[in-house]
Amino acid sequence: MEELLEKLLEAVEFGKVDQKSPYPPQLRGMDGSHELTMSALEAGINPQKILEEALIPAMARVGKKFSENKIFVPQMLMSARAMGASMLQLKPFFTSGDIKTKGTFIIGTVKGDLHDIGKNLVAMMIEGGGWSIVDLGVDVGSGRFIEALKSHPGAVVGLSALLTTTMVNMGEIVTSIREHMPGTKILIGGAPVNTEFCQKIGADFYAPDPQKAVEYMNKIAS
Amino acid sequence: MKYKNLIITDPEGLIFGIAPNPVKTRRGLEIGGGQVYAELNFTLPIMSICDSTLPEVYRHYREIAEGALEHALHLESKGVVLEFETLLEMTKTPTIGIEITRIMNEVCENYYQKHGLKSEIRLTPNDLREFERPAKQRTSQYLEPMMELFEKGAMAGGDLLSIESTGGKEVSDDALMNCDIKTIVFALAVLGARDMQFLWKKIVDVANKHGKIAAGDSACGFANTAMVLAEKKYIPKIFAALVRVISVVRSIVAMEEGAIGPDKDCAYEGPFLKAITGIPISMEGKTAACAHLSPIGNIASACCDLWSNESVQNIKLLSGMAPTAYMEQLEYDARLMNEALRAGKLHRDVLQQLLVASDVYTDPQALILSPENVIRISRELVKGDSYVANAKNGALMALDIIEEALASGKMKLSEMETSYLPFLREDLESIPDNESDFVEMMLPLIDQSKFTMEEYGL
Repeated sequence: MEELLEKLLEAVEFGKVDQKSPYPPQLRGMDGSHELTMSALEAGINPQKILEEALIPAMARVGKKFSENKIFVPQMLMSARAMGASMLQLKPFFTSGDIKTKGTFIIGTVKGDLHDIGKNLVAMMIEGGGWSIVDLGVDVGSGRFIEALKSHPGAVVGLSALLTTTMVNMGEIVTSIREHMPGTKILIGGAPVNTEFCQKIGADFYAPDPQKAVEYMNKIAS
Repeated sequence: MKYKNLIITDPEGLIFGIAPNPVKTRRGLEIGGGQVYAELNFTLPIMSICDSTLPEVYRHYREIAEGALEHALHLESKGVVLEFETLLEMTKTPTIGIEITRIMNEVCENYYQKHGLKSEIRLTPNDLREFERPAKQRTSQYLEPMMELFEKGAMAGGDLLSIESTGGKEVSDDALMNCDIKTIVFALAVLGARDMQFLWKKIVDVANKHGKIAAGDSACGFANTAMVLAEKKYIPKIFAALVRVISVVRSIVAMEEGAIGPDKDCAYEGPFLKAITGIPISMEGKTAACAHLSPIGNIASACCDLWSNESVQNIKLLSGMAPTAYMEQLEYDARLMNEALRAGKLHRDVLQQLLVASDVYTDPQALILSPENVIRISRELVKGDSYVANAKNGALMALDIIEEALASGKMKLSEMETSYLPFLREDLESIPDNESDFVEMMLPLIDQSKFTMEEYGL
């Protein structure tokens, strides 16, 4: 059983989606996360254990390697795809309540701003950390954040902006969330913002990079 | 592609301040006519743009223009271009962009009339069409305000018309993160080139109608995004260098449709455009560090005709307002290049060699910008019959150049970087020359919910 989980962890860490995938070359022809998850379930391994002892640790390793500049984003995306293949098979257990995620993370690029590369990266890494993601996309105003919070009470919110003229919209969104859904944890990120700005608008945390966002999320989940 | 040969065939001909087809402006600048001018790029400080802040917005732009031109005058500048890159609200509500252009043109005219200082405004409306997802490149509701700003902004004093158009970006963003070179070629050489044909016909029409200058486009949203991602170590530098080369076949469409330069400052594909078409170009390098970091600080100026910065906020520094401080930096750089030009071929060549040698082997993105490599790559960029073939050939030559530099030991890259070389070559070599064959090959591989084929005439 442990060996199966170790293999699954390796498959996700190195981005092996299924047996047919040519990537990564060193695992060519071997089972990928798709087959290994199926085998693990057939072997009677608890789905929660699959999530917590294989998938999340695999993505944590990937996040660490990325933050240490040992891999590029494409390798991380391959790992995310491999995790996605596993998650598809675990989906029924999420629906039935047999597996619980750490919580829900609602993320969006704020009103007036279309930049979403950073936002997508953060969403992907936090999902790999065991959270459910609600991605609202780009050009998102306070109304849509509040609507999403009403559908997912207790969710953490992430706001992204890249422009000096749109970062001010973060302040309006934070104010609105505080008014309608007090107690919501809000983290912000993007090139023009910093800790000082975060404090000024009343958000909870400024993440200078995706890994720091994951670390913050892990901290509040523990 | 209409261009089949290079206008500049010898690397020695690719030099700062001199373009085979210089551009003369209304107030007397001759860009590419023997000297380098500064082009200042600026933006607002942190603030929102709404009805109640509009007086403050207008005040900022007047202050920026006055501060920059007053200091340019003090430094005995031979001429200046002010680039007005509009922000979302200024294009969505064109009257705002038009009014800012009018205000800055008034300042330019005053300095010209009172002091003889030559200056022009480059008007660069932001491409609003990407606000719709998937973008409606041809039928967007945002096309009308954009074109209204081009037309009325030109009439208000925007003499050089530019844009950082975004056709294909909806496909390119994911491809960048995945280092998917085939999809990058699809985004730039198929979608981008097709959108440029559509858009630049309109911009050239506006310029011709009002006696203005259709200047050029920048693949900023593609190749500069790649550069910034590589700078953050998110993607390999080799990949970013290839994206830059591929972007040439997209940006050159503006010239095919009638743009005459100076091409946009953030278009680091400019040297290739200059070699192929002979137009003058604007470039930015170390002076862009206020907005983004780059590995091409010196080499970027090797063949510039306008020397520019990147959006600097109108905030107070110890010396003065930041745009004024940047005006000074640009002027001193331009002064040095102009002195080298005045002193003759030997001196200008030595200065260019130093600008090139100080960067060239530090990064593949710098390597491809040396005049010698620009000419080698440009020859490949025009030898095929389609944008796709030219993009592929140019990128393969760039790969050859990178591999030569590695083999000679002059350039060193980590194994993390070089491990991408065989995959990139294999992918590029698998691309057919014919656009239809390539589209047929790519469509099953691309998330078609991200773009609308009809909006590209496909």
